[in-house]
Amino acid sequence: MVKAMTDAAAEKPGTTTQVLTSDTQEGMTYLESIPRRIVTLWLPLGLIMLILLFPFYWMALTSVKPNAQLIDMETYNPFWVVEPTLDHIKKLLFGTQYPRWLWNTMYVATAATFLSIFASVLAAYAIARLKFRGSQVVGATIFMAYLVPPSILFIPLASVIHFYGLFDSPLALILVYPTILIPFSTWLLMGYFKTIPFELEECALIDGASRWQILTKIILPLAVPGLISAFIFSFTLCWNEFIYALTLTTSVQNKTVPVAIVSELVDGDVYRWGSLMAGALVGSLPLVVLYAFFVEHYVSAMTGAVKE
Amino acid sequence: MASVQIRDVRKSFGDVEILHGVSVPIEDGQFVVLVGPSGCGKSTLLRMLAGLENITSGTISIGGRVVNKVHPKERDIAMVFQNYALYPHMTVAKNMGFSLMLRGASKSEIDERVRKAANILGLTPLLERYPRQLSGGQRQRVAMGRAIVRDPQVFLFDEPLSNLDAKLRVAMRTEIKELHQRLKTTTVYVTHDQIEAMTMADKIVVMHDGIIEQMGAPLDLYDRPANQFVAGFIGSPAMNFLDGKLQANGSAYVQTAQGQKLPLRTMPQGDSGRDVVYGIRPEHFEMGEGGLPAEIVVVEPTGSETQIVARIGNQEVIAVFRERQSVKPGDKISLRPRADAAHLFAKDTGKRI
Repeated sequence: MVKAMTDAAAEKPGTTTQVLTSDTQEGMTYLESIPRRIVTLWLPLGLIMLILLFPFYWMALTSVKPNAQLIDMETYNPFWVVEPTLDHIKKLLFGTQYPRWLWNTMYVATAATFLSIFASVLAAYAIARLKFRGSQVVGATIFMAYLVPPSILFIPLASVIHFYGLFDSPLALILVYPTILIPFSTWLLMGYFKTIPFELEECALIDGASRWQILTKIILPLAVPGLISAFIFSFTLCWNEFIYALTLTTSVQNKTVPVAIVSELVDGDVYRWGSLMAGALVGSLPLVVLYAFFVEHYVSAMTGAVKE
Repeated sequence: MASVQIRDVRKSFGDVEILHGVSVPIEDGQFVVLVGPSGCGKSTLLRMLAGLENITSGTISIGGRVVNKVHPKERDIAMVFQNYALYPHMTVAKNMGFSLMLRGASKSEIDERVRKAANILGLTPLLERYPRQLSGGQRQRVAMGRAIVRDPQVFLFDEPLSNLDAKLRVAMRTEIKELHQRLKTTTVYVTHDQIEAMTMADKIVVMHDGIIEQMGAPLDLYDRPANQFVAGFIGSPAMNFLDGKLQANGSAYVQTAQGQKLPLRTMPQGDSGRDVVYGIRPEHFEMGEGGLPAEIVVVEPTGSETQIVARIGNQEVIAVFRERQSVKPGDKISLRPRADAAHLFAKDTGKRI
């Protein structure tokens, strides 16, 4: 009897919830004429693309231009290159400590990001779900910390780093970066945790899970998109960070890419544009790859919620 | 399996008391339904039973053990939530085996028990699917499977059928009842739907504004509602209420303000002339001579029966007839309440007389 009813219910069509995977709905397309679409969609979109991508194009172009073409705008079209060369990139990779800087950046960014995400997960879960006295205040205070600009904070932080004897080491950056990463990641994750239905946790509680098990077996697997966006955000911030890296590292072999490029590839007042741009280009490629892989998660975490 | 005792339980959120001293004895193996309008405290009471809410005062005991301060996982209960609360990132099998895994059961034991429960509920072909790939009814069944797997002392259901469409709700209702008859596990079921309560319960607890209005077997509540609230809440369409004064002039009757006489079988205790509410269920009207003059407002045929909304004086009543009726709005008819099926309530307290 039960079985029969089960099958009847199972075959019932239309009750399966379908999650729309994109915003493209067919609904009102009949209102859209092609000229209208061009004016309202493709034209503005194209303009924005042009503005956003031009610096990148310029950077790529400069890094393969022979020195003679770099500043001679009379003979050559500045927007194009003839006889492209890999000299700048070669010089960068083999004539400087660039691989070392790249490694430093990667190491510092990865370590600082993991440290921050770990701390943020604990903080965000506690503030979002453990209703302890003052959780709101703690949440607000963490956010306030985010509002203090690094250009003010670097002076006291530098003296703290000096005090612990960490000056001019990657560890200095690994410990300082979380001061900017944790507040933002905590808020991002708090928002994400709040979208996870509370019943799931109650259900897990009754099922016999401890708080730690709820966090690791229920919440974190469901918060993966949120974790990924927190990760990307933190990683990007570390990767591009300038002011702390500039003040807290001095030796050539300890510098990160953003600092090293401007301090080591500029001789006095001579800007070696080819190498500078090659350094910036190579330095931004890992981030491009990272974004390309996770952009969908990133967007969904910023806009979406957990769906059952 | 175990008995459950709820003794004088109160619940306050801050200064606001939600439950004002509620006592419910639940016998081993009983199917008890807590029913009432939203905000009556029934879900709060269930959550207190589950250990998800503090108990402000009073005691709850399961199987003779007071559980006021016992962690939910140590209460040996299983709960089915309104929106199922299936773990979205786990397959059906993982969902069902989660509690066993947390308890450190061996893989073969988990497998065996999940299979057994899946068999009972007809979930075997779905074990490797994810919740998002299931229909509403299937999810509901997985949520029940998750409860069965644990073989708990008490099942708790929190409005489990509210998210299903009408037809599926009826099917699942039968299924849950059948499951209970098979497993005989003590069950506490919360719903706002009195039909669910009537059809499934061994014992119904009608709650309203944080107190228990009446407790008893479904048909007892239907036949002898303790007060006007229960009378109006249990039964669909709801009981008709007509205001009037008690009169004994030869035979007993209730006289409305418009002078209609509503028949009674016996004269109840109390003074003649007392203000009362005369309650009569829609199915206890008869059409024919010698009744109350009424004008038909709406006719609603459902196939198996005909519902007629009619106006007696200035009050609207609903009557239900098993036979088909060839009447239309505006017709004048005569409705005769069955004297033996009438209910009387005190006007001031709403209590049954």
